[in-house]
Amino acid sequence: MNIRLLPLLLLAAFGIAVAAELNYPLDAPAPDGRRPGGTISQSLPAPAIANEENKDLKRERNYPEQPPTIPHSISSYQIDKNGNKCLTCHSRAGSARSQAPMISITHYMDRDGQALAAVSPRRYFCNQCHVSQNEVQPLVGNSFENIDTLLQNEATAPAKP
Amino acid sequence: MKSLLALLKDYWRILRRPSVHYSLGFLTLGGFIAGIIFWGGFNTALEATNTEQFCISCHEMRDNVYVELKDTIHYTNRSGVRATCPDCHVPHKWTDKIARKMQASKEVWGKIFGTINTRDKFLAHRRELAEHEWARLKANDSLECRNCHNFEFMDFTRQGQRAKQMHSTALASGEATCIDCHKGIAHKLPDMSGVPGW
Repeated sequence: MNIRLLPLLLLAAFGIAVAAELNYPLDAPAPDGRRPGGTISQSLPAPAIANEENKDLKRERNYPEQPPTIPHSISSYQIDKNGNKCLTCHSRAGSARSQAPMISITHYMDRDGQALAAVSPRRYFCNQCHVSQNEVQPLVGNSFENIDTLLQNEATAPAKP
Repeated sequence: MKSLLALLKDYWRILRRPSVHYSLGFLTLGGFIAGIIFWGGFNTALEATNTEQFCISCHEMRDNVYVELKDTIHYTNRSGVRATCPDCHVPHKWTDKIARKMQASKEVWGKIFGTINTRDKFLAHRRELAEHEWARLKANDSLECRNCHNFEFMDFTRQGQRAKQMHSTALASGEATCIDCHKGIAHKLPDMSGVPGW
């Protein structure tokens, strides 16, 4: 027998051995992440698309510098070089007319803190930082506690000996 | 000029003279039937130009504005009620419709000479085209919006906080009309620099 055929033969034998073992998990269960259940090769129906929250109630910021989330629907708002729908209400002039909160003064500054006549180009695309929220439960839990809670805990904790 | 006057005089004489060859019955009935055919044909042709199919038979409309409409709530939504091109761009009342159709002969000119026959040309004209529509809707108090969105039957309690606030003040008092705030709801906006409020 030709010696060069030996690796091929061994490979074939290994393949047969693997296929013959029936409980080998070819289709492993998928990790229970964002879509729990099912196996890796299975495709499950996608969850329904949730509605955008549209209650117009300001949400608490988790830390002082957090960009505030948008408390209303912004579907089909156009933000591009032609126009910015958000600024029709939230710009300096627009907020008086609409009574919407004016965007922070920092949005009218360049990065050296110099005031500009109009919204700074680097702040122009609102939803780079500000996003609306959907009516869903968080996919992944977290144990974040904001600074007020930490201070409160500290104040109420029994004094250390 | 003199010969033209003579020609007109000739025709006037023929018109004034009673018919010699045709009976009164034939003339009245014939006129009646011809009238029906003419008027029916005219209105049918007019209605045929008043459909979305007709609008998007030109690539200028099909590849630019129609594509943009397809993403919006006026094309697809939860209940399946939709607006077609003429619902918003052609007045529904007959006299206004005829006036708008006569204006639209300019659009035939534009089609023949290819004013917006490429994407670039269309984008270059977009602000001008948009301004025509804004001016038209401002002048008729957003009539085409109100054909469906009737202020009398708006239930503020079913509207969002911000919508209620605006509709019950600015719109109710007539200080603003639909198009003042709702620009670019069915198509993409042109360069808005210099437009009041933008």
